[in-house]
Amino acid sequence: MAEVYLNSKFVGNIDNPIEFVQKLREERRKGSVPDKLNVHYNERANEVQLESSKGRARRPLIIIKDGVPLLTEKHIKQLEKNEISWSDLVKQGVIEYLDAAEEENSLIAFFESELTPEHTHLEITPLGMLGYCTSLVPYGNFNQSTRLNAGSKNQKQALGFYASNFAVRMDMDVNLMHYPQRPIVNTIMHDISKYDTHPAGQNLVVAIMSYKGYNMEDAIVLNKGSIEKGLGRSTYYRPSIAEELRYAGGLIDQVCIPDKEVKGYKTEKDYRFLEDDGIIYPEAKVKEGDVVIGKTSPPRFLSSMEEYSLASSTRRESSINLKHGEEGVVDFVLITENEEGNRLVQVRLRDERVPEVGDKFTSRHGQKGIVGLIVPQSDMPFSASGIVPDLIFSPHGIPSRMTISHLIEMVAGKVGALAGRHINGTTFDAEPEERLRKELLSLGFRESGVETMYNGQTGEQYHAKIFIGDMYYLKLKHMVANKIHSRARGPIQLLTRQPTEGRAKEGGLRLGEMEKDTFVAHGASLLLKERFDSDKTVVPVCDSCGIIAIRDNYRNKSYCPVCGENVDVNDIEISYAFKLMLDEFKSLGIYPKLQLESKY
Amino acid sequence: MADIISEYEDRLPPKIIEDVRNSIAKGISETKLKKLLEATCEEYKNSRVAPGESVGLIAAESIGEPGTQMTLNTFHFAGVAEMNVTLGLPRIIEILDGRKELDNPMMEIYLKKPFATGKKIEDLRHLALQIKETKLKDIATEFTINIADLTIEVKLDKDKMKEIDLTTGKVLDAISKQLKGYNLRDNKDSIVLKARSKEDSFNDSYKTKEKIKEINVKGIKGIFQVLPVKREEEFVIITAGSNLADILQLEEVDAYRTTTNNLFEIEHVLGIEAARQAIINEILKVIESQGLNVDVRHIMLVADTMCVSGTVKGITRYGVVSEKSSVLARASFETPIKHIINAALVGEVDNLDSVVENVMINQAIPIGTGLPGLTVKAPQKAAKEK
Repeated sequence: MAEVYLNSKFVGNIDNPIEFVQKLREERRKGSVPDKLNVHYNERANEVQLESSKGRARRPLIIIKDGVPLLTEKHIKQLEKNEISWSDLVKQGVIEYLDAAEEENSLIAFFESELTPEHTHLEITPLGMLGYCTSLVPYGNFNQSTRLNAGSKNQKQALGFYASNFAVRMDMDVNLMHYPQRPIVNTIMHDISKYDTHPAGQNLVVAIMSYKGYNMEDAIVLNKGSIEKGLGRSTYYRPSIAEELRYAGGLIDQVCIPDKEVKGYKTEKDYRFLEDDGIIYPEAKVKEGDVVIGKTSPPRFLSSMEEYSLASSTRRESSINLKHGEEGVVDFVLITENEEGNRLVQVRLRDERVPEVGDKFTSRHGQKGIVGLIVPQSDMPFSASGIVPDLIFSPHGIPSRMTISHLIEMVAGKVGALAGRHINGTTFDAEPEERLRKELLSLGFRESGVETMYNGQTGEQYHAKIFIGDMYYLKLKHMVANKIHSRARGPIQLLTRQPTEGRAKEGGLRLGEMEKDTFVAHGASLLLKERFDSDKTVVPVCDSCGIIAIRDNYRNKSYCPVCGENVDVNDIEISYAFKLMLDEFKSLGIYPKLQLESKY
Repeated sequence: MADIISEYEDRLPPKIIEDVRNSIAKGISETKLKKLLEATCEEYKNSRVAPGESVGLIAAESIGEPGTQMTLNTFHFAGVAEMNVTLGLPRIIEILDGRKELDNPMMEIYLKKPFATGKKIEDLRHLALQIKETKLKDIATEFTINIADLTIEVKLDKDKMKEIDLTTGKVLDAISKQLKGYNLRDNKDSIVLKARSKEDSFNDSYKTKEKIKEINVKGIKGIFQVLPVKREEEFVIITAGSNLADILQLEEVDAYRTTTNNLFEIEHVLGIEAARQAIINEILKVIESQGLNVDVRHIMLVADTMCVSGTVKGITRYGVVSEKSSVLARASFETPIKHIINAALVGEVDNLDSVVENVMINQAIPIGTGLPGLTVKAPQKAAKEK
């Protein structure tokens, strides 16, 4: 007797659970029971769990009967001729999907050669346990799993050819690589996904050596000559959007060159790129502060304005201008209408991004790094045959991370480049390293992949042989140009008078609590005070009641709102945030009295 | 000669004077001794912390920085019995918070001579078993209530009892001592309890049944695991669970070295000075076990602040922080509203004597370069002219 549950709800008892489960699975393969159903017999709890609910991760496997896979040569031939498709195989009961629970009842063989009569399923391919991005890592079976994860995560951030209609698209924040290449060392997944139609990297000559310490701690050194030839070059696109919003009372925003009477009018210079329709012309070179779309909005508080103001139309300026640090060339202008029928203007900006110090690059093995130095080609090390590496990678990145696939890809890439062919590096099913080494030897190189190299500046031969080869490198979307930030003076917050936060608002860099502690630990009291002077204010304080008084600059006199004119009022210097706190105390009914004392 | 040394008694601490007394050569001339003592004074003066040094913050940073490298783990003690030791950051937090209930209370029981040598392993085992607490439920197989005559029958596991040297008689003694109002009867393999009062209901019987499960039939309360371990040349009993007061009563125990990791027991049994030393020892133990190195003086400072009030107080808003005199300082550390409101109710005055308050109002903090003030009074004339 075993209990049967359907989608975790009790539905009844069954006398012979094993037989029941088997029967049910057979029926499912025949097609009389929906193939969405998964059956799991839990022997310990003696219950049968049937699942047909949404949201379970399931994976396909080939069914084994008496140690023989149901998928036969005939099926494969039919598949090749396109006579049958995947769904036919599922319908025929050759392939079925298992969820995590039903997997517990099955014995799955990895390869066909391992099959025994006990096996219930056969893996279609070992690649089946990897996701799309992970399958793109060549020689992945030589790696630690964490590195595979990092490698696949990096690939998602790579710049490439993301859509072939990019020229007419208005995507937010996209990058386009200029000369993407298909990888020399590829996997089956590259073919399946037609990777060569949307590649996302370039094949570089990589040397593993140190270069004057500029590639320590995961930094990389780039060859300036390679960059000038187009290595890692990309374009950054960013649209500016303006909508003609409708307001109550039939008022509407207007895209135009704002009149000089408009409230908040900038300078004429800021509007210089705008054409008569108030929109910038294509190919204009713009910098921060320049107006891209001129726009005016109706006055904010209409009803109260009409009564008092003399001028009838005091519209507000609401143009879209470039934010702090932005620059580029106007690429594309689009005028359309949105769902609400409002006129919508979009202007796409383009900015060419040549690799610079601080840009992020990675191989496909989780070996990401920042450009630490760009070296003229003449100063780069060169091999006996005159090969100059595009990129120098630090040897310290290898031992602790144990990314063997990184090393194998370099050898494989070298063989591929020399022999003029693509190398299959599919995880678990790759061209063996041994064969690559033999081929490398027959091509006239050392089989280990190392070469004699010479110092590019002195011409001296290096004592060590340098491991050098070709590998696929990706440029990641994190570029310094989008992140660089500094501030001396700048905008402050209205409420606290402290500097704003964040790059977009040209904010300050916070000196936090723990950083403050370091000043205290050094006893640098006055320096600390100076660092926190960003919101200092001078406030008058009433001597008798201890509450913040009022400074009247017209009469050049201070008076207390509580005690009146005839009291002593002293000016003190405090942080504005503290003054704000005192005000908040007052609003809570707490009386914060300041008792002043001479400092000396 | 002794006079010369004693002259320096108010200039040097007793420990240093003692060291000098022990290390000088015999027959040293007076002038030489004086020179030596002067040099000692100079050295002592130079090694003192400068006025205005923020020792507290430096101690905090010195303990906090290695804390970031500590692994979060409870170490599994290898041995016959299952025993866990809290180490690493969780233990440090436990100590500094001054928690009353520990995750893994532990004792190290040192023994007097005949037991410590371990020549008689049997005696040692016997002693260990005597310490370990046995509850009635540990030796019982079944508790049943007879509804008809409202008796509770406890079936005993004779094999288990034999193992730990218990007889039914001893069990009966223990129960009768800790449970009043019941008649006990030895029923060969079981014990039968019957209430003396007639008004006993089924509910009461059920409650008693649950109560007697926890009755201590043997050993010391709170010690639920024992493990004799050889440490260098002698045997030590390590226990899980702690009960310092009762353990020290035992004749075989060396009370001078026996210790527990429960600070409050130490404070209670041995006093605040012992508790202070225990805090230092326990923190050092964790730091050393992680292969880190922190100067003792930082830990001593922490232990001192925890103990100055006379009882062990944790570094929490209920403990040390609540003793701070400044409202603003207290409010800037957790539950600000509570502190501000209470201060407003009684009209507290904040003298702005310490660091946090001065950072808040953006004034120079009274530490380091901000500490010294002008001692010369500004001439009053200038004020009058104004």
